[in-house]
Amino acid sequence: MVAAPQSPATAKLEVRDLAINYGTKQAVSDISLTIRENEIFGIIGPANAGKTSFLKAINRMEDFDTNMSVAGQILFDGVDTRQVRNVYGLRRRIGVVFPLPVGLPMTVYDNVALAPRLAGVRNKAELNVIVERCLHRAALWDEVKDRLNALGSLLSGGQQQRLTIARALSQEPDLLMLDEFSIAIDPVTTMRIEDVLKELRQEMTIILVTNLVQQARRIADRTAFFLEGSCVEIAPTEDLFTGEVSDQRTRDYVEGRFG
Amino acid sequence: MFASSELNQRNRNRERVFRVLFGTMTALLVLPVIIILVTLVVKGGPVISVEFLFGNPTNGMTAGGIFPALLGTVWLVLVALLASVPLGVAAAIYLSEYAADNWFTRAINLAIINLAGVPSIVHALFGLGAFVVFFGLGTSILAASLTLAIMTLPVVIVATREALQAVPQSFREACWNMGATRWQTIHRVVLPNAITGVLTGVILEVSRTAGETAPIMFTGAAFFLPFLPQSVFDQTMALSLHLFVVSTQVPGMPEQLPFGVALVLIGIVLIMNSLSIALRMYLRGKKKW
Amino acid sequence: MPANPARQTTEVLSNTDFDHRDLDWYIDRGVQILVFLGGISAIVFILGIFIFITKEGLGFILEDFSFREFLFSPTWRPTSELKETYGILALVAGTASVTGLAMLVAIPFSLGTAIFIAEFVDGKTREYLKVTVELLAAIPSVVWGFIGLSIMNPLIIDVFDVPVGLNVLNAGIILGLMAAPIMTSIAEDALKAVPDRYREAAEAMGATHWQVIYKVVLPAAKNGLLGAVLLGVGRGFGETMAVLMATGHSINIPTSVFDSVRALTATIAAELGETAVGSPHYQALFTIGVFLFVITFCINLTADLIVRGIRKE
Repeated sequence: MVAAPQSPATAKLEVRDLAINYGTKQAVSDISLTIRENEIFGIIGPANAGKTSFLKAINRMEDFDTNMSVAGQILFDGVDTRQVRNVYGLRRRIGVVFPLPVGLPMTVYDNVALAPRLAGVRNKAELNVIVERCLHRAALWDEVKDRLNALGSLLSGGQQQRLTIARALSQEPDLLMLDEFSIAIDPVTTMRIEDVLKELRQEMTIILVTNLVQQARRIADRTAFFLEGSCVEIAPTEDLFTGEVSDQRTRDYVEGRFG
Repeated sequence: MFASSELNQRNRNRERVFRVLFGTMTALLVLPVIIILVTLVVKGGPVISVEFLFGNPTNGMTAGGIFPALLGTVWLVLVALLASVPLGVAAAIYLSEYAADNWFTRAINLAIINLAGVPSIVHALFGLGAFVVFFGLGTSILAASLTLAIMTLPVVIVATREALQAVPQSFREACWNMGATRWQTIHRVVLPNAITGVLTGVILEVSRTAGETAPIMFTGAAFFLPFLPQSVFDQTMALSLHLFVVSTQVPGMPEQLPFGVALVLIGIVLIMNSLSIALRMYLRGKKKW
Repeated sequence: MPANPARQTTEVLSNTDFDHRDLDWYIDRGVQILVFLGGISAIVFILGIFIFITKEGLGFILEDFSFREFLFSPTWRPTSELKETYGILALVAGTASVTGLAMLVAIPFSLGTAIFIAEFVDGKTREYLKVTVELLAAIPSVVWGFIGLSIMNPLIIDVFDVPVGLNVLNAGIILGLMAAPIMTSIAEDALKAVPDRYREAAEAMGATHWQVIYKVVLPAAKNGLLGAVLLGVGRGFGETMAVLMATGHSINIPTSVFDSVRALTATIAAELGETAVGSPHYQALFTIGVFLFVITFCINLTADLIVRGIRKE
C-alpha cells in the first residue's frame, strides 16, 4: 500500500555479519541487511527471534550490559558504530522506544525537554514549541496539557509509553526505532501514532519492531522476518502478504500458522 | 487427641518463655542506656543556660561556659565536611555509576571498610605524622579536620552509594539511550533523585565528627585556649575534648559541670541522628516511581 | 539497488558530524577521571595511614626494637631514668580483658535483641526498637567514658565494696553497651536476610515459631551473626576514649575484674602528647599503632569475607 521510496535509495544503516551473544548464549547470528533512508522498515517474528537485541546493538546498548557482546559491523551513515569516537553523538541521532515504558522521575515537561536541553536549547519559547509538538505527535498532548508538571514516572503505563515516544522524538533523531510500542496503548491511539509515523517518514528513517503482523502491513515499506536470531528474508511489505515470498516459514508466520 | 493438645500447650508455653526471654534481653540492653541518659539530663540539665552555652570558661574551667569549645566543634565539623563530602560523593558516584565488578572495585570497598574500622587513635597517629608534621600544618583546625574527614569518609560514601543505587537502572538506560553522557545522566536524573539520601549521610557524618575525640587530641584541639580561633591554621577547643578535660584533667571541678558538657554533646549528636532518621523515613514515604 | 557511489560518498561525509568528540564528551571524561580519583582516595588513605605510621615507628623498629621485649615483657616504662622498657604484654592483657568482658556482655544481649526485633515483633514496635538501637550506636565514645567515670565508678564502689571503680568490670560493661547496638544492627540484618520461604517451609512442616528460629533461621544466618560478633570485637579492640577513662589506666595484668588495667589504644592517647616527635618513645607509640592497625585490618577483613559469603549464597 505504501510505495517504497523512489529516489536513489541511500543506505541509512548497513548491517554486516552481525552476531550478538549474551554470555555463551547466541541471540543473533549472521544478519546482514541494509535499511534505506526515509523508509519505514518493519521487523516481525516470534519471541526470542533477536529483534530487540538487533535494536540494542544499533544503539550500542552492549555498553550497559557487560554480558552482551556484539560482533560484525553496523554502519550508520557509513560510520562503523563500533568504531565511533563519540558514542553519545551517535545515540543522540537515534531515538529508541522499548516495550517497557520509562517515564523519568521529573515533570512531563522536563521529560520531553531533556534532550533539547542537553543539546543546548535554553530558550523557553523554543522548548515550549518542541514539547508541545512532540507530545502532540505521540498522541499524549490532550491528556497531559493541563498537568505538564506531573511526575512522568507516575503516569499510567500507556501514558508513560507515549511519553517515551515523545522523548525519543524530542531528540529529532535521524533514525527512530520502535520496539512493540503499542503494547500498553489502545487501538485508536495506536492508529493515530501510526499516522504520525507515516508523516515522520519524510524526516527520518524508522525501524518498527512489532509482534502485530497487521501493524507492519499498515505502515512498513519493507519488512524483515526474523526467526531464531537470523533474518529469514526481507521483502517489500505487501509481498509478504500476497505470498510472493520465497521462504515457507515466512508465509506460515504471516498467515498465523506458527507455533 | 489429648496428647496432641498437651503438646500444643507445651509449645505455646515454650513460645511465651522465649518471647519473654528475648524481650527481657532487649529491655536490659536498652533500659540501662535510657537510665543513663535520664541521669545525664537530670544532673546536666540545671547547668545548661544561655550563659553556659555562650560564655567563656572561667576559674581554670571550673566555672563559666563552653562557648569556645562549641564554636571549635562547629569549625572542625565544617572544615571536615568541606573536605570529605565532595570526596565521599565522588567516590560513591564512581563506585555506583562507573566501577566495574572487578578486583580493583573490591580493593576500594575493602579500603572503605578498613577506613571505618581502623581505631580512631590510629587515625590520630596518622593525622599527627602526616598533616601536623609531614605536611607542616602544625596542630591546627585544618590538620584536625582533615584527620576527621578521612576517618568519617566511609559514612558519606556508604550513604551516598546507597542513595544512588536506590535510583532504578531503567532511568539511567532511558537517558543513555537518548544520547545523554554518563555525567549528564548522573547530573540530571540520578543525583536529583538521590540528593536527600546523600543529605542523610552528611547529617550522620556531622554527628560522628562532632563526637570524635581521639583523632583531634594531637592534631588541632587544645585543652584550653584564651582566645577564639581566627583561621583554620589556629588551634581550637572542641566540645568532645572539653568533656574529657573537665572530667579527668581539672582538679576541683564541681560535679555538675561535666554533666552539662556531656548533655550538650550528646544532645547535638542525638538531634543530628534523629534528623537523619526522620529524613530517611520521610523519603521512604514519598514515592516518586 | 541503484547504487550511486559518488552521491553516497558526499551524503556520508555531510552526515557524519556526530562522529567527533564534543564538549559534552570531554566533560564526561573529565568527570569520570575526577570521580575515579575520589574512588581511589579510599585506597590512597588506607595505604597512606599504614605507610605513615610504619614510617614514624620505623626508627624504633630498626634500632631500639626487641621483638621479644615488645611482645612478651609486661613492663611498659618508656620514661624510666635507668632503662626504658617497651613491653606491651600488660597493655595487650588490658585490652583483651576489657574486650573479652565486653563481648561477654554484648554477644548474648545483642543477639537476643536482634532475634527479638527480627522474629518476635513487627510493625511500629519493630521500627521504634530499630531507631532506638540506631540512636544508641551514635553515642560518642567520650560520653561513654564519662559515664564510666561519673556513673559506673561510684556504682561499682557501692555495690561491690571495692576501693576503685575504674577497672576491667567498668570498662567491660561500658564497652559492651557501646558495641551491642552495632552488633544488634548487623545481626538483625543477617536474620532478615534469611529468605521467608525457609521459614514458610519449616512452618508448613509443623514446626513451632521457636523451632523455626532455632533450627532454620539461626543456622542460615550464622555467618552474618559471626560477622556481627567479629565487628564488635574489632570495635572493642580499637576503642580509645571510653577505655582511657573507665579502666583506671594503670599497667597491670589483671587477675580479677576489679583490677585496673590499661589498654593499647589508651596508652597512645595518654602519652603521645608528652613525647618529643621522633624520640624512641614517640616511635614506640607508633609501633603500637601499627600493631593495632594490622590486627583490626585482619578482623575487618575476616568479618567482611564472612558477611559477603552469606550474601553470595
